[in-house]
Amino acid sequence: MTAATSEWQASAVEPRVDAGPRGPKPRRVSIARIGIYAFLVMSAIYFTIPLWVMVVTSLKTMPEIRQGHLFAWPSELTFEPWVKAWAEACTGRDCNGLKPGFWNSVKITVPSVIISIVIAAINGYALSFWRFKGSEVFFGLLLFGAFVPYQVVIYPLIIAFREMGIFATLPGIIIIHTIFGMPILTLLFRNFFGALPMELFKAARVDGAGFWQIFVMIMLPMSVPIAIVAVIIQVTGIWNDFLFGVVFAGRENMPMTVQLNNIVITTTGIREYNVHMAATILTAAVPLAIYFISGKWFVRGIAAGAVKG
Amino acid sequence: MAQRPRRMPNIQSIIGCIPMIAVSVGVFVICIIYSITLSFTNSKLFPKFDFVGLMQYERLWDTPRWIISVQNIWLYGVLVIGFNLIFGYLLAAFMDQRIKQEDTLRTIFLYPFALSLIVTGLVWQWMLDPNLGIEASMKNWGFGWFEFAPLSNPATAIYGVIIAGVWQGAGVTMAILLAGLRGVDAEIWKAARVDGIPTWRTYLFIVLPMIKGALATAFVLQCVSVVRIYDLIVAMTQGGPGIATQMPAVFVIEHITNRQNAGIGMAAATMMLLPIIVLLGVRGFFQWRSARNAKRLERAAVATGGLS
Amino acid sequence: MRYGVLTAALAATVAFQVPQLARAADVEVIHWWTSGGEQAAVSVFADEFDKLGGDKWVDTAIAGGPNARATTMQRVLGGDAPAAAQFNPGRQYEELIEGGYLLDLTELAQKEGWKDFIRPESILTNACEKDGKIWCVPVNIHSWQWGWASIPVFEKSGVPVPTNLDQFLEEAPKIKEAGFIPFAIGGETWQHAGAFNNAVIVSTIGKDGYYKLFRDKDAEYARSPEVTKVFETWRKLTSYVDEGSANRNWNDTTNLVITDKAALQIMGDWARGEFAIAGEKPGVDYECIAGPSDKPYLTTDGDIFVFPKQDDPEVEKAQLKLASMMINPRVQALFNLAKGSLPVRADVDLELADACMKKGLALLDDPETVITATNRFLTEDTSGQINDLVAEFSFNSSMSVADAQERFATIIENAD
Repeated sequence: MTAATSEWQASAVEPRVDAGPRGPKPRRVSIARIGIYAFLVMSAIYFTIPLWVMVVTSLKTMPEIRQGHLFAWPSELTFEPWVKAWAEACTGRDCNGLKPGFWNSVKITVPSVIISIVIAAINGYALSFWRFKGSEVFFGLLLFGAFVPYQVVIYPLIIAFREMGIFATLPGIIIIHTIFGMPILTLLFRNFFGALPMELFKAARVDGAGFWQIFVMIMLPMSVPIAIVAVIIQVTGIWNDFLFGVVFAGRENMPMTVQLNNIVITTTGIREYNVHMAATILTAAVPLAIYFISGKWFVRGIAAGAVKG
Repeated sequence: MAQRPRRMPNIQSIIGCIPMIAVSVGVFVICIIYSITLSFTNSKLFPKFDFVGLMQYERLWDTPRWIISVQNIWLYGVLVIGFNLIFGYLLAAFMDQRIKQEDTLRTIFLYPFALSLIVTGLVWQWMLDPNLGIEASMKNWGFGWFEFAPLSNPATAIYGVIIAGVWQGAGVTMAILLAGLRGVDAEIWKAARVDGIPTWRTYLFIVLPMIKGALATAFVLQCVSVVRIYDLIVAMTQGGPGIATQMPAVFVIEHITNRQNAGIGMAAATMMLLPIIVLLGVRGFFQWRSARNAKRLERAAVATGGLS
Repeated sequence: MRYGVLTAALAATVAFQVPQLARAADVEVIHWWTSGGEQAAVSVFADEFDKLGGDKWVDTAIAGGPNARATTMQRVLGGDAPAAAQFNPGRQYEELIEGGYLLDLTELAQKEGWKDFIRPESILTNACEKDGKIWCVPVNIHSWQWGWASIPVFEKSGVPVPTNLDQFLEEAPKIKEAGFIPFAIGGETWQHAGAFNNAVIVSTIGKDGYYKLFRDKDAEYARSPEVTKVFETWRKLTSYVDEGSANRNWNDTTNLVITDKAALQIMGDWARGEFAIAGEKPGVDYECIAGPSDKPYLTTDGDIFVFPKQDDPEVEKAQLKLASMMINPRVQALFNLAKGSLPVRADVDLELADACMKKGLALLDDPETVITATNRFLTEDTSGQINDLVAEFSFNSSMSVADAQERFATIIENAD
């Protein structure tokens, strides 16, 4: 796996997004240049249209939606679908909208992110400075895990979690996210710590500092940048998760994506597309906000994070 | 990366790594072996260790729905990965042309990747709805002949899913490849220009081989997400129309729950694991071979050095 | 049962006092009743249960039977079983009984004398009884063999409302010409298999043919020309489906008939609840066609509830209370009127029943016209394979009738 490791290291830890474009300097407005812009603008439209459709649909009334002008700005603005999606939409007799799902997702995401990152940081640190017999084998297995289709391990995990009594509990789903976040995060931290100068570590050892002291006093403060990347990967990944939420979270902790799907497939009377679209945007809001705020940090996280996807 | 010295086993380090050891062995070895073992049994809802040989595999490859799932994932995989790489590279190359709005455009190309596949699936299902989506809108604008509802027809439904897959993944590929392009030595461009090689040829024949690493990363990322495709199908088509957009992951989940046939479900899961193992095996072989060749060269060098 | 009465009396007093003394239990119920009519019905259960005081109905509604059953199974597997779960009577939950995961209701059933009033008796003995013990509560009888026709659509198309499928197929081109959807069906696979297995098979090859296929699993017969006719009829029916069918729920499909956009839907009698809630009148706005056939039969399909074992004795008490309430005559009447289904006991006041329900009741009273539902004969695994096959056949017009029939016969042959 070393080849893959160094590739990820190259693009994830030392991204070159800040470097300037390498293309030839444009001399004047040429046909080629117009073509380039046309292509980029067309692509931008392809990427933007769904977001536009979501937004305008969520602001329309049902009669207007039925007229079938998908792209048109609503002739009569309404915010009711948003209110309904957030607090009133029903699945069965529960009519609380997405609100409980949102808080469940928060409850799942916050501890999962913290725990998975702390564990991965320890792993990466140990693998870089404190190798022990077999540590590389375990790491190899972990990397293999990054490629395993989840469906292969879900059934045994359900049974194992039953035996441990944590199936369908909050700790259960947090452990699940910690497990499946571990391969990529460990890789991320291992590469980061591996690139630190060995002298730093040796100096601390000479001063008599032990495993945990060096980790807490020296390594943690230095790993803030990589931790930010890890947080971005984990928050988006866990927030967007559906499969684990539907299987392991349990009724009381059902995350927002699962609730969104339930609301959309449940129809009582007529299908309220405007409410569905508002609910969809609400579910997407957190990762989108992180994406827009974090900007280039997000790009850094991608190469590593997408392995999880 | 500098070679790290191997130290004395440190008990603290091992303690710190207990979660990693537990996960790597417990989940990625024991659970997988357990699943594979169950595929040779006739387990229904609950695990049962009555071994039936390859019966589940025989039935699996006799099940039209599984065959369709496998065909679908190949078609989806080849087309989505292909499109994402081509489209992503085109976008990256064009973005590399000193575009003023680069940051804005990158933001636009990349945002779908931040969305849940459930969200992606729902939005595209809605856009491709024949009565209210793009088709209806175009007809309203007076293009009565316009037909674009791939999800309604079993022959084209999988392409509808592919449209959503490309929408989600092309931006990421672009970002990775663009980062790769930015890593190419500026001297290459100068040299190419001096030699009078057209820009497009430089991108295609000179630069592309140089960003192999970024390409491989993008490719691997896409592969992993293709094998796991589940959420998108659940939200977009639920495997329909009929069983036209079924996928292996959906097959596994449905058989271990509602259909109460964990045996065949685990056989299907094992089949999903197979390409991954083959891929890693091939990769391991090449690594081993290159390591061996390197050693041989080294030995040869030492030998010749000794002679002289 | 010598002390039955005494025990019952004691139990009643205890039960009466329990709410004040004991901690109230939450009873989580998984079901798939999410459409408008179904919501009204499940609310009867929930409200009546909450009214008993103390314990609380906790609602877990999951749209689509297969989805809901998947959730139940997954949670039993994970040791987090709900207190009650809905199934169709038959073999869907036999694994749960065999594995000892269900609460034994025998004592309650004997005390209340379920066997004396549940009708037809087979719905209890066939579906809920195993090894002399009772494992579930039947709550209603549903039949799949109904065509739901929009009277205005047939009028505007200038053709009479048909009484059988052949007549409908003759009229369908005219309906299409008039700009309506002749045959409305949704995308879920069970909608296809349900209409096919029950309505089309029964109205084409009758009761005997149906039993030969599903009960006797006669593969020879499944390959016969009679069964070919079934596939041909289905092919013709599905050629009149509209474009939007792919992702549609059953109730959104019923809504097409209610809003006079589509002519006919084949769906179980639960569709009646949708018409009722929309304020439609049978005979005026819509027509229910039994069969759809001139010689209609009805299957006694329906819904049952199982009560997975719980650790908490309070919950167990509440489970028994819920089971008893579900079969209570007053609750049966209220529930089934809202649901559009028939009660499982004869002593229920159905004065409010509409014309469609009465039509069904008359058919159910005659043992000759009653048949046992497929779920009784097939495992979920086998029904699932049939679902996949029929849905594929519906949408994939390049799949030939002969191929489909051969695959159907193979499934029947391998069924256990």
